[in-house]
Amino acid sequence: MAKFKLFTEDSNKSPLRHLWRNFKSNHLALLGLWIFLFLTVLAILAPLIAPYGINEQHNNSLILPPSWDDQGSVNFLLGTDGLGRDLLSRLMNGATTTFGLAIVTALLTTLFGVILGIMAALSKGWRSSVLNHLLDVTLAIPSLLLAIIIVAILGPGLMNTVWAIILSLLPQYIHSIRNIVSQEMSKDYVIAHRLDGASKWRILGKGILPNIYEQIVLIFTMSLSTAILDIAALGFLQLGAQPPTAEWGAILAENLSLIYLAPWTVALPGFLLFITILSTNLVGDGLRQALQKRKAS
Amino acid sequence: MEPVLKVQALHKHFNVRAGLFRTKQFNAVSDVSFCLGKGETLAVIGETGSGKSTLGKILAGADNSSSGQILLNGQIIEDDGGRVENTKDIRLIFQDPMKSLNPSTPIGSILNEILILNTELDSQARREKINQTLLNVGLLAEHRNYYAHMFSGGQIQRVALARAIILDPKVLVLDEALSSLDPSVRAQTVNLLLRLQRETGLSYILITNHLSLVKHMSDSLLLLHKGEVVEYGETHEVFNSPQTKLAERMLAC
Repeated sequence: MAKFKLFTEDSNKSPLRHLWRNFKSNHLALLGLWIFLFLTVLAILAPLIAPYGINEQHNNSLILPPSWDDQGSVNFLLGTDGLGRDLLSRLMNGATTTFGLAIVTALLTTLFGVILGIMAALSKGWRSSVLNHLLDVTLAIPSLLLAIIIVAILGPGLMNTVWAIILSLLPQYIHSIRNIVSQEMSKDYVIAHRLDGASKWRILGKGILPNIYEQIVLIFTMSLSTAILDIAALGFLQLGAQPPTAEWGAILAENLSLIYLAPWTVALPGFLLFITILSTNLVGDGLRQALQKRKAS
Repeated sequence: MEPVLKVQALHKHFNVRAGLFRTKQFNAVSDVSFCLGKGETLAVIGETGSGKSTLGKILAGADNSSSGQILLNGQIIEDDGGRVENTKDIRLIFQDPMKSLNPSTPIGSILNEILILNTELDSQARREKINQTLLNVGLLAEHRNYYAHMFSGGQIQRVALARAIILDPKVLVLDEALSSLDPSVRAQTVNLLLRLQRETGLSYILITNHLSLVKHMSDSLLLLHKGEVVEYGETHEVFNSPQTKLAERMLAC
């Protein structure tokens, strides 16, 4: 037996730890992650912690500027809109509708996309080629346009928007997952695993999935930012969330007529959308860079 | 003595597309027969595309033959492309050991998975078997928690070896496994292989282009050319008196 003791260095950690270390060194990505987590918590808690109801009208304080303005009131921190509704409460609830729903959308897309993508990767011959070429056709159309077409068929409404976005995101998703899985399938360790007597599903579960879930998370963040944009865009076009609903895109559209009179009612939801998408993209970018760095090392 | 491995008239052909509708048969391995005794080493040499890697793959079960038989201890394990479920007794060591190990799992788990799939041992026995195998190839039991990327070139070769011998196989197929190593690490690995052979009576099939290695390790030699056996015999005999022009040229250096 060895007489010396082995110390595991800090760098001798699992690939996941490696990834986290690379990710941490990117400060912008870390900032994005914090904003992302904050928004997630906000999206969950908003209905509970919002000071007013989303449709609660205060008739004696219409179009009140934010509280830091001379005419503002501390009761309405971010001011009120044309119907006397508290903007802060509406924006907080908007996090649930826009951001929360986008996360749900992206998660559902991930679920369907991973299942279908793996099936596509495992199928061979004409079945896989039919699937591939069919998906290639839909890839040629931008996802927002595809979503608008689907909403036009399903009819406007928030839930229809979600389905439309899922359907329009799926082709890219299946394509990426298929490529990733079939790339892994051709590697030596999969052959070795098969020679050990592992079945197809065991290879997939124990061999391939642990190696690709980080890349799945990466695709998830990219489809999440698309989903946020699409939900807001469809809301803005009055095709998604309908006006009384507190959804950032819908709030923007509703207050567009007040833009000269009360610019904050348009600027604030726009700014929130900007921050949300920026943080999501920062996380995705940081993750991609960290993955690349780990692959290079 | 009864040979461990006996290969009879092994054929392997691929269908290659030639033109729009026609396919042509390409013979990767044709009519290869040989015997391998317990504790012996057979070297398979040949130029690129001579079918030596295909032969190794067929023997290890990564590919199926088109016709011919493979017998292990007198039992047919592959007959005209149909293989008996037997992954335990002939194990393959890949050309690049790093690529043959799952990068996201510690090697202890990789070895554990092999034991789960192929043996009936309980978790305590599996743990002991893994520790013992790691010690046997010159690693430490602590290495079970290490990931593949944490090993050096020589160590990773030992891990690949541990992976192959943990099931106590009878034959190891080394597909260019020693070619990518630098001389000192190669010498270490060769010595390790020879020690294991002495201790456990393993048989090796050494697929390589390294002639000095062939001379050092192998008992018999099989020279392939375009899938066909050109020379087959004891190593020193083939080296001393090659029967064909091709063998003369290849073994001259």
